[in-house]
Amino acid sequence: MEEVAERRGARPLAFLGDSQRRARILTFAAFALILLVLIVFEGLHDVLQTSINGLSLGAIYALGAVGLTLVYGILKLVNFAQGDMLAFGGYIAYLANVTWGLPFAVAAILAMVFVALIGVVYERGLLGPMRERGAGILQLLLISIGVAFILRAIITFIWSTNFKQLDVNRTGTKEILGLSIGDTQLMVIVVGVSVLVAVGLLLRYTLLGKRMRALSDNLDLAETSGINTRQVILITWIFAGALAGLAGVMAGAITDLKPEYGFALLLPIFAAVVLGGIGDAFGALFGGLLLGVVIELSTLVIDPKWKVTIGFAVLILVLIIRPQGLLGKARTV
Amino acid sequence: MDTLVLGISTSGFNLSFWVGVGVIAGIYAIVALGLQLNVGFTGMDNFGMAGFMAVGAYTMAILTVDHDISFWLSLPLSMLVTMGFGLLVGLPSLRLRSDYFAIATIASAELIRLVAQNAQGLTGGNQGIFCSDDFSRCYDDAWVKVSDTINGWFVDLGMSDPPSALPLLVVAWIIAILLTVALVRIQSTPWGRVLRAVREDEDAARALGKNTVGYKLQSLVIASAIAALAGWLLALNLATIHPTDYEPIVTFFGYSVLVLGGLANYWGVPLGAIFFWVLVEGTRTLEIFESESQQVALRLFVAGAVLILVMVFRPQGAFGKREEMMLGD
Repeated sequence: MEEVAERRGARPLAFLGDSQRRARILTFAAFALILLVLIVFEGLHDVLQTSINGLSLGAIYALGAVGLTLVYGILKLVNFAQGDMLAFGGYIAYLANVTWGLPFAVAAILAMVFVALIGVVYERGLLGPMRERGAGILQLLLISIGVAFILRAIITFIWSTNFKQLDVNRTGTKEILGLSIGDTQLMVIVVGVSVLVAVGLLLRYTLLGKRMRALSDNLDLAETSGINTRQVILITWIFAGALAGLAGVMAGAITDLKPEYGFALLLPIFAAVVLGGIGDAFGALFGGLLLGVVIELSTLVIDPKWKVTIGFAVLILVLIIRPQGLLGKARTV
Repeated sequence: MDTLVLGISTSGFNLSFWVGVGVIAGIYAIVALGLQLNVGFTGMDNFGMAGFMAVGAYTMAILTVDHDISFWLSLPLSMLVTMGFGLLVGLPSLRLRSDYFAIATIASAELIRLVAQNAQGLTGGNQGIFCSDDFSRCYDDAWVKVSDTINGWFVDLGMSDPPSALPLLVVAWIIAILLTVALVRIQSTPWGRVLRAVREDEDAARALGKNTVGYKLQSLVIASAIAALAGWLLALNLATIHPTDYEPIVTFFGYSVLVLGGLANYWGVPLGAIFFWVLVEGTRTLEIFESESQQVALRLFVAGAVLILVMVFRPQGAFGKREEMMLGD
């Protein structure tokens, strides 16, 4: 398959190495060039300040994207319910943080646990049995949309369609090197990036990570080599759920909660996943951060009201030009 | 007498409410017929119907309101524009695998909606489109005349006070039924058989010398023309065109209708549409919940439960054949 993709186009930049390396080098070169141009015309301060906003947005995308990509890698399911799982996390944090008055950190952990539980029930109650019956891609996709509706229905029923806010300090800022960073923003970046790096290292260097990769390469083969695939799939869902829950809480910390906010994040999360190469956890981390920064940087040149549109445009462009993602290999497409 | 009873009794039969439900069912029958052509008969998981509906409705309104083109002329023109969008979305995305195609189409639809929301000069932005600034012309002027004429006939037939949406109900269902008949006939032509071959084994169809990408593109362009029909009817039903009317949930509801009716069966679609909307809107008449939020929640819950239950217990839907669903994958 890789060969097929290689053959498809001419290779004008063959000296840069194989297609994957070329894509990486070109992406970074293009990104660096854009940054340079922006710094020249808009000034270093503005570019850095905007990039910080981009990083906090990107950290949220990345948290959601890693969960989505892990599930896709192993089950080949595009989980449309991911966005609403994320929103559920935000509302659980609201319940703990505002209604019960617990500290924000405790609320965030509760949200992660709860959404991980949703993941477990979703897998064991619905998806697992359906896969055993030989359900097809479309069937599972539509089930995930159904689950998304049910989760949003529960959120709407309990918490209504009115805006809700978590109890965080949104006005406090810190001055670092002449840049002002919101306290909440800083928390989102620090928590998001450190959690994601920890997860990335875990996947790369532990036996569990190795097993997950084995499953995503070939589930049947992994099973015949004695890996407890049911267990690994369940752990994947626990990861995906907990990360989605955390993403929901972080998104809720910098914006307001309303029932659709999770679904609104879903397409940028798809974009981050595709950008990084679907199924690749490190790719999703990178894709999320890159997308967040690109979206915010775009506001330097165009009207900020268009910034959401940039996310979709990036997604469509990547799908057209390089569907396997900037980091991915051609075999998955 | 009649109106008195209908107006006061909420537990009794409320004619204008059910006429409204019938209009929505008719519109979604049309949406799902387009999906049936793509998903059921070509094996393309098109998630962009809402976007194509938006293009159809917005182009129709922009032509009539801003450019003073006759409503009747704006219909074929806006359908052509929508088909152009179908081509534009399909050309680059059709070579993608089915799940990527699903993401690409839903992203295109959202892109269209966001442009509609932000390009104020063209689309009216969040205010939407309704009439020209001086209210001298609105996009539904021509339709309102037709609608009054049709309701005049109902009065002649002895109805004392026909519901205002009744003509739209008639027109939407005439279109839905004609479309069903047309699609069923197309399906039995050689062209229709190639589509199914593409769905069942694209490589085999290609080996037989069929230009499979061309067939898929044609299928998508026809579906986008069908979406334009649904988009106009939605615009006429709401009497205003607003970006939030074309959110992805419209496409998802279309899929609920599709799977209820059954994959690879055109006649199941109108029945699925009636069943789905009576179920979703019918729960409203039960008046279990008071608040608006809880009503919204109930509606989402019913729609979600329909998708899950049908996929788990009867993936072929009410009228589909099980083999068709399995082959579709």
